[in-house]
Parts: sequence; C-alpha cells; structure tokens
Amino acid sequence: MDTVARIAREVAAPFADEVDRQARFPHESIEALRKARLMSALVPRDRGGAGCGMEELAAMCEILGQHCASSAMVFAMHHIQVASILRHAITQPYYAKYIAELAEKQYLIASATSEVGIGGEMRTSICAVERDAHGRFKLDKDCSTISYGAQADDILFQARRDAQAPSNDQIFVLVRKNEFTLTQKGAWDTLGMRGTCSPPFMLNSQGEVGQIFETPFADVTSETQVPFSHILWSNVWLGIATAAVSRARAFVRQQARAKPGTTPPTALRLAEVSSLLQTMRTNVHDVASECDALMRDEKNGTAALSSIAFALKMNNLKVSSSQLVVQIVHQTLLICGIMGYKNDSKVAVGRHLRDAHSAALMVGNDRIYATNASLLLVLKDD
Amino acid sequence: MSDQIRAILKEHGRLAVDVATLADDSDLYQAGMTSHASVNVMLALEGTFDLEFPDRMLRRDVFESISEIRNAIDELSKGR
Repeated sequence: MDTVARIAREVAAPFADEVDRQARFPHESIEALRKARLMSALVPRDRGGAGCGMEELAAMCEILGQHCASSAMVFAMHHIQVASILRHAITQPYYAKYIAELAEKQYLIASATSEVGIGGEMRTSICAVERDAHGRFKLDKDCSTISYGAQADDILFQARRDAQAPSNDQIFVLVRKNEFTLTQKGAWDTLGMRGTCSPPFMLNSQGEVGQIFETPFADVTSETQVPFSHILWSNVWLGIATAAVSRARAFVRQQARAKPGTTPPTALRLAEVSSLLQTMRTNVHDVASECDALMRDEKNGTAALSSIAFALKMNNLKVSSSQLVVQIVHQTLLICGIMGYKNDSKVAVGRHLRDAHSAALMVGNDRIYATNASLLLVLKDD
Repeated sequence: MSDQIRAILKEHGRLAVDVATLADDSDLYQAGMTSHASVNVMLALEGTFDLEFPDRMLRRDVFESISEIRNAIDELSKGR
C-alpha cells in the first residue's frame, strides 16, 4: 500500500495534467505499477501474485484516483478482468498457465465489452464465435469503445456462443496480443478521463477454443464484473472527491491565515462538503467490505453474489457514488472560486470536475435505475 | 403445472425459440430469456400460483429451466 501511495504521489501526480491535456496514456504510472508487480496484486501468492483482496485493491484505486483519475481507472479496469479470470476460469488449464505468465510478465488486460448496435446493454451481443473443425475460433467485434485498447497486451470480451445463439447467450474470452488486430475507427477527445484512451475500434481476433470461459458470461457479470466494476470505480471516484476536498481545505486554511480571528465564510461550505465526503466514503467502504466477505465465503458466497438483493445494492452504490462525486467536486469549485476555476492554480479542480462527470455515464445511471426498478418489483426485503 | 409454466414462459419469457420445442430441463437463458424477462416471468408465476418467492430464491439458477421452476413452486406450496 505504501508503494502505491508513493507511485501515486511521485509518478502519477506530476504527469496528471499533461496526461489530461494531451489525452495520452499515463504510461509512466502504469510502468511504475508494473515494476512494483501490482498488475498481479489480486493473484494469489501461490500463483505468483501479491494475494491482495478486494478491499486492499479498492484502497489502491482510491489513492491513485486522488492523484490521476485516468491512471486509477486503467488500474481498476485491468483488475476487474483479472478478478473475472481468477473467479471463473482459473480451473481451465489455459488460464492457470496464463495467470502465472501474467504474474511474471505483468501484462495489462483491456476489456472490449461495448459493441456498436447494442445500445450499451452489456448482456446483449451481436458478434458471435465461429468455430472451425480444428478447435480454433474466429471472432470479430465492432466496439464503440475499448479503453487503452492500443496499449493493452491482451483483451477480454463477450460474444454470442455461436451464430445461432440468441443475443443474451454469451461467452467470455481472452485473446492475446498476437491473436488480435485493432483498427481504430475514431478519436478519443472527451470532457474527462482523457488518459484512459478509449476510442472506438474494430477488433478482429482468433484463438483456441480452450480460451473460451466455460462459465457463461451471465454468471461472470453478476458475480464478478458488476461488483468489481461498481466498487473499484466508486473508489476511483472517491479518490477524485477526496483530492478536490483536500484542495478546498488548503484554500480555506489559507484564507483563515490571512485574517486570524474570523472564520472565513467558505469554511461553512467546507464543513458541508466534508459531511458529503464522509457519506460517500462510508458507503463505498461498507459495500466493498461486505462484497469482499462474500467473495471469500466459499459456502454461501456464490448464492449471495448472484441474488437480486445484492445486485440492487451494487447498483445503488454505483448510482449514489457517481452522483456524489460530481456534487462534492462542484462544491469545492464554489469554495475555491476563481482559484479553483483557473487551470494553473494550486487549487484547480477543473480536471477533477471533468473526470467526475464520466461517472454517471460509465453504464448510464438511467439504465441502472431501470434495472433496479424492475428488480424491486419482485424483491420482498425479507 | 408444467403446462401453466410453459404458458407463462410463452407470454413473458421473450424466448428466441418456441417454448413447445424445449425440454423440461432445457436452459431458459440459453433459449434467450433475459434477466429483465425473467423478472416478468417471476411476477406472472407469483400471480398465477398465488405465492411469493422469498428473496433467497430470487436467483438466476432457480429460474434456469421449467423443472427448476416447478421444484421451486413445489417447495413453496408444501410450506402452506
């Protein structure tokens, strides 16, 4: 954890503004994380990793998020993929070997879960696996976005089981660097999270049938992809909010020092935003710790993770933290005033505010509310 | 009971295939039932059989096939 804090402070922070301005990949921080062998943080020790749990990883995402949200988001997204392999495919010989190699070489995995034409619904695919008679497959996917696709070693993504399968009968599969080609189809010039480099790509790939997860994508989604995404993303956003509040605090202290004896009016706003930050932090930590416990519970964990009550809780976390981060950073801008608005000031919060606005869009909040609305029709709260 | 379950699946399951072609143990999700459709199936089953699935039964695998659904309904009806 000290290593991550050091990397965040000494490597991610100094380049954060440049990464944002140029919308370029934060290769300095990812390289530093690789050197510290943190791309295999989640991998158990006996498989060559650091053996961290979800809570530790979440804390790492928060610390990185305080200094460079793009670096933190890349780190988070990579680990969502590693977690999926570890929970659902590690018993397959291909993946046992792959994870050992990942721990040794510190690969970066991207995910290509979006697809042109599905309207943002991850549990629907158009592209389908084409198997041949020699145990190999071919798979092409038109992706509306692949974060750090151009920088990743390997890509994990979902597709229909075969050409006859309905759109929700999906498999999950990893393709390696020498097995895919990406053709970039557009630019990545966005409001925030600019360093994640997530343009649209055409993905053409092939591989061995043994690379296809035996567990259906539906189970991978509900038990791992959704909880890990919502918790790790929320921690990145918590990092953004914490950093903005810390700038506002520095600003208010400075004002107080200028006129000792009088409490600056901004201090009241600071007290207000500090309470919001605490609410966000408590919620994020509480859900992460509950989820961590379920993931470790070999007896009842799977049933609990795939329950509707748990899905509802995970969705609520995503929606509330994605709204709170914007609210908190907006408040810090009001506190810092013009000094927060100026990009070259020490208490600038423009980048934080722009990054924060991505939160509501990473799986649209309205889509999540619609899902929860339907889950609440059958949930009894007993 | 299976006929009633099949009728509900036909109306609310939004399956990609005709429900008559499915065996009792066929995987309904592989037949195209989405999570959203499964919620409607649950609601229709609760209405038709006049029962309520407790939260512990609101899991994907409980509604995976016609026979699993029948087991769940049997279990709930027995408790009355």
